Amino acid sequence: MDTNLALLLLLAPLAGFLLNIFIGKKLSGNVSGILGSVAVAVSFAVTLKFFLQVNGGGEPINVNLFKWMTLANFDVNFAFQLDQLSLLWLMFVTGIGTLIHIYSISYMHGDENIHKYFGYLNLFVFFMITLVMGSNLLIMFIGWEGVGLCSYLLIGFWYKNHDFNDAAKKAFIMNRIGDLGFLIGIFIIGYLFHSVDYIDIKNAITSGNLDIDMTWLGIATLCLFIGACGKSAQIPLYTWLPDAMAGPTPVSALIHAATMVTAGIFMITRLNFLFDLTPDVQNIIAIVGAFTSLIAASIGLAQNDIKKVLAYSTVSQLGLMFLALGLGAYHVAVFHVITHAFFKACLFLGSGSVIHAMHGEQDMRYMGGLRKVMGVTFITFLISTLAISGLPPFSGFFSKDEILMTAFHHNKVLWVVGSIASIMTAFYMFRLLYLTFYKDFRGTEEQKKHLHESPSLITFPLIVLAILALVGGAISLPGHSWLNEYLSPILTNHIEHHELGTTAYMLMGIAIIGALIGIGIAYFKYIKQGFVPGKDEEITGFSKVLYNKFYVDEIYTAIIVKPIYALGAFFKNVTEVAFSGFIFGLGRLANALSTQGKVIQNGSIGFYLLVFVLGICSIIAYIFLK
Amino acid sequence: MLTLFYILSAITLGTAFLTIFSKNPIHSAIYLVLCFFSIAGHYLMFNAQFLAIVHIIVYSGAIMILMLFTIMLMNLNKEGEKSKNAWSQIAAVISFCLLALVLLATFIKAQQPEYNYATKGADFQSIKVLGQVLLNDYMVPFEFASVLLLVSMIGAVLLSKKEHINN
Amino acid sequence: MENILEQIGIDNYIYLSTLLFCVGAFGVLYRRNAIVMFMSIEIMLNAVNLLLVAFSTYHQDAAGQVFVFFSMAVAAAEVAVGLAILVAVYRNIKNIDIDNLKKLKG
Repeated sequence: MDTNLALLLLLAPLAGFLLNIFIGKKLSGNVSGILGSVAVAVSFAVTLKFFLQVNGGGEPINVNLFKWMTLANFDVNFAFQLDQLSLLWLMFVTGIGTLIHIYSISYMHGDENIHKYFGYLNLFVFFMITLVMGSNLLIMFIGWEGVGLCSYLLIGFWYKNHDFNDAAKKAFIMNRIGDLGFLIGIFIIGYLFHSVDYIDIKNAITSGNLDIDMTWLGIATLCLFIGACGKSAQIPLYTWLPDAMAGPTPVSALIHAATMVTAGIFMITRLNFLFDLTPDVQNIIAIVGAFTSLIAASIGLAQNDIKKVLAYSTVSQLGLMFLALGLGAYHVAVFHVITHAFFKACLFLGSGSVIHAMHGEQDMRYMGGLRKVMGVTFITFLISTLAISGLPPFSGFFSKDEILMTAFHHNKVLWVVGSIASIMTAFYMFRLLYLTFYKDFRGTEEQKKHLHESPSLITFPLIVLAILALVGGAISLPGHSWLNEYLSPILTNHIEHHELGTTAYMLMGIAIIGALIGIGIAYFKYIKQGFVPGKDEEITGFSKVLYNKFYVDEIYTAIIVKPIYALGAFFKNVTEVAFSGFIFGLGRLANALSTQGKVIQNGSIGFYLLVFVLGICSIIAYIFLK
Repeated sequence: MLTLFYILSAITLGTAFLTIFSKNPIHSAIYLVLCFFSIAGHYLMFNAQFLAIVHIIVYSGAIMILMLFTIMLMNLNKEGEKSKNAWSQIAAVISFCLLALVLLATFIKAQQPEYNYATKGADFQSIKVLGQVLLNDYMVPFEFASVLLLVSMIGAVLLSKKEHINN
Repeated sequence: MENILEQIGIDNYIYLSTLLFCVGAFGVLYRRNAIVMFMSIEIMLNAVNLLLVAFSTYHQDAAGQVFVFFSMAVAAAEVAVGLAILVAVYRNIKNIDIDNLKKLKG
C-alpha cells in the first residue's frame, strides 16, 4: 500500500508531464493548467497523508523498487526513502508547487506554449520529488540533474528572446560546474564507504569503528559542497540565479526561490553526519554562506529590476542558510528554508502580479502608487516584506534570529556579517516596497489606464502564502520547537538549545532594531525625500559598482571566458591550420605521385599482359626457387 | 606406349605453335582443333574414355565451331593482320622463355614423384562411376555449373544484340 | 587394371603440360588478333586440364576428372561471353585488334 502510494506521489507529476507534452497541444490552455495543477495536488495529498503518518510517530517509509546496478561489493538500489526530512521537503515542494501551478493558470493564460510550460513545470516537480525521495546519492543525482534540466528549459521558456536563451545557458553551465563537484563527491563517497546509500553510510559512521581516510572524506564533502554551491547559488557560482529571472515569474518563485535552490541545503542536511566529521569544510561553508549573504544583499541595494532585487535577496537568504549549515545548525537552516519558501514565493508571485498588471514592465523606476489599485497584492506583499525583513511576529523573524543567534554563539565575526546583511535586506526590501506601491505612478498614461488588480486565481495563492509567511514561524518558536523534535531522528549531533536568557533577548532586540534602522533609512530616502533612482548612466560612485553587481560577470568573462576563447582561437588559427596543412600536404603528395604513376597505365592490353606474365614469373620464382 | 605418348605430344605442341603462328585465323582454328584431338588422345591413353568424348564434343565441337562462326561473321579469313612491332615480339619471346624456364625449374626442383604408382584395381573412371561421383558428391557444383551456363547464354545473347555502344 | 603411368611416368606429363601452358601464354603475348588470343587461352586451359587428368590417374581418384568437367563448363561459358563481347567490339570499331582498345589508358 505504502509502495503504491509512494509511486503515486512520484509518478503523478510525471504523468502530468507526459500528458501535457504529448496531447497538451490539442487541449485548451486552461485544461493543461488544470491537469498540471491536479497532478501536483495529488502528490501533495499523498505527501500530507505520509506526513501525518510519520509525524504521528509512524516509522519512515522505505520503498525498494529494484536493484539498479551491481558491481564488486557495491550495490545501488533503486529505492526511495520517506523519512522526516524528505517529507518535510516534499510538503513545501508539492504544497507551494500546487499553489504556483494554480497561479500559473492565470499568469500564463494565452501563451501559445502553455502546455509545454505546464509539462516542464510538472517534470520539474517530478525530478524534485525524485531528488528528495531518493534513498541514495545516485537517485538524488538523477533528480539533481533533472531539476537543472527543467530550470534550463523554463528559464529559456520564451526562447525567441536571445538574452533569455543566454541566461538559460548560463544557468545550465554554472550548474554543470557544481554538478561535476557533486558527482566527484559521490564517487569518493562510494569509494570510501562501498555504498552511496544514506542509511548504510550513516550506520558505518555511527557504528564507531570507522576506518577511512579523513582527508579523502574532507575532499568528498568539499566536492559535495561545490555541488551545493552550484545549485543553491553561492559564491562563486551564484551569478546564474539573477539572470535566471528571465523565465516566467511563477518559475522564479517555484524553482529559483522556494524549491530547487534549496536542494543544496537539503543535500547537506541529508548528509549532516558526513559534514559533522569534517569541521574544516563546515568552516568553509559558514564563511562562504556569510559572505554570499553580505555581497548579494549589497548588490540588491542598488538594483532597479523588481525581480533582480528579489533574486539577490534569494541569494542572500540562501547564504544565511549556508551560514547555519556551516555552523552545524541544520535544523535552523531547514527552518529558514521553510519560512523563506513561504515569504519568497509570496514576494515573487506578488511581483508577478505587479508585472502582470504592468504588462511586462519590470523596472521599479516606472512603477509607484500601485497600493491604490492592487490592494490584495499590496497587503500580501507587505506581510512578506515584513517577514523577510525580520520583524516579529512574522515567520522570517524567528528563523533569521535563530541563525544569527547560532552565529553569535560560534563566531562573532560571522554574526556581524549576517546582521549587516539582514539590515541591508530590510532596507532594500522596503525600498522595493516603497518604489513599487507608494507615491505616484511613474509609468506611461497608457499603462496607468490598464492597471488592475489581478484575478482571483492569482490572488488566492498570494493570500495563502501570506498567511503562511505570517504564522510559519510557529513551527519552531524559541523555547518550544516542534521542528527540532520532528527532525531529531535525522540529525546525529544533538541539537543545541539556546536558553531564552538575557543574551537571547538582547540579540532579538538588536535584530529588530537593525531591521527598523534599515526600514527607517528606506522610509526617509524614498518616502520623505521621494527619491527615485536615476537612469542607468546617471548612477555614479559606489552605487554604480553595486548596480553593476561588483562587475563579477565582467571579471568572470575576463579571467575565464576570454582565455577559453583565446584557447579556442589558438586551436582554430594555429593547430587547425597546421593539421590541415599536413593533411592537405599528404593529399597533394598522393596527387603528385599518381600523376607520375599514371604514365605507366598506357592503356595497351598487350603491355599489361606482358607485365602480368612477368609478375607471375617473379612470384613463382620467389616462392619456389628461393 | 611411350612412343605413342611422344608422337601425341609432338602433335599437341606442334599444332599449338602452328595455331599461334598462322597468319590466317581460320588456319589457327583448324590447327587448334587438331591440338584438341591430340589432347583427347592423351585422355584415351589414360583410359578416360568419357572425358575424351566430352572433350571432343565440347572443345572441338562447340567451342571451335563458335570461334569459326565468329571468324566468318567478322570476315577475318584473310591474312590482314599487321604483326606487332619487333620490340613487342621480342618481349613476347623472352617472356615465353622466362616463363618456361621458371615453371620447368620449379617442377624439376620440386620433390621427385614416387614411381611406384598405385594400382588400386578399383574402377574409378568409367562412365558409371563418374556419373555417380558427379551426381552424388558434386551435386551442388554440378547444378551451379548449369546455372553458370544459363547465365552465360543470356549474357551472350544480350551482348550480341544489335545495339551500338557508342550512339 | 594396369596404370598407364607405369610406362610413361608422371613427370613427362608435367613437362608436356608446362610447355603447352607456356605456348598458350606466348600466344597471348605474341598475337594482336583477339580471337587468336582466345584460342591461346584455350590452349592454356587444356594444358591445365591435361595435368589434372594425369594426376587423377596418378592418385587413382575421380575427383580430378570431375574438376576437368567443371573447367570445361566454365571454358564454354567464357568463350560464349567472350566471343559475344568481341562481336560487340567488332560492331563498333570494325576490327578486333587489341592495340586499338586503348580506353584503359589512365
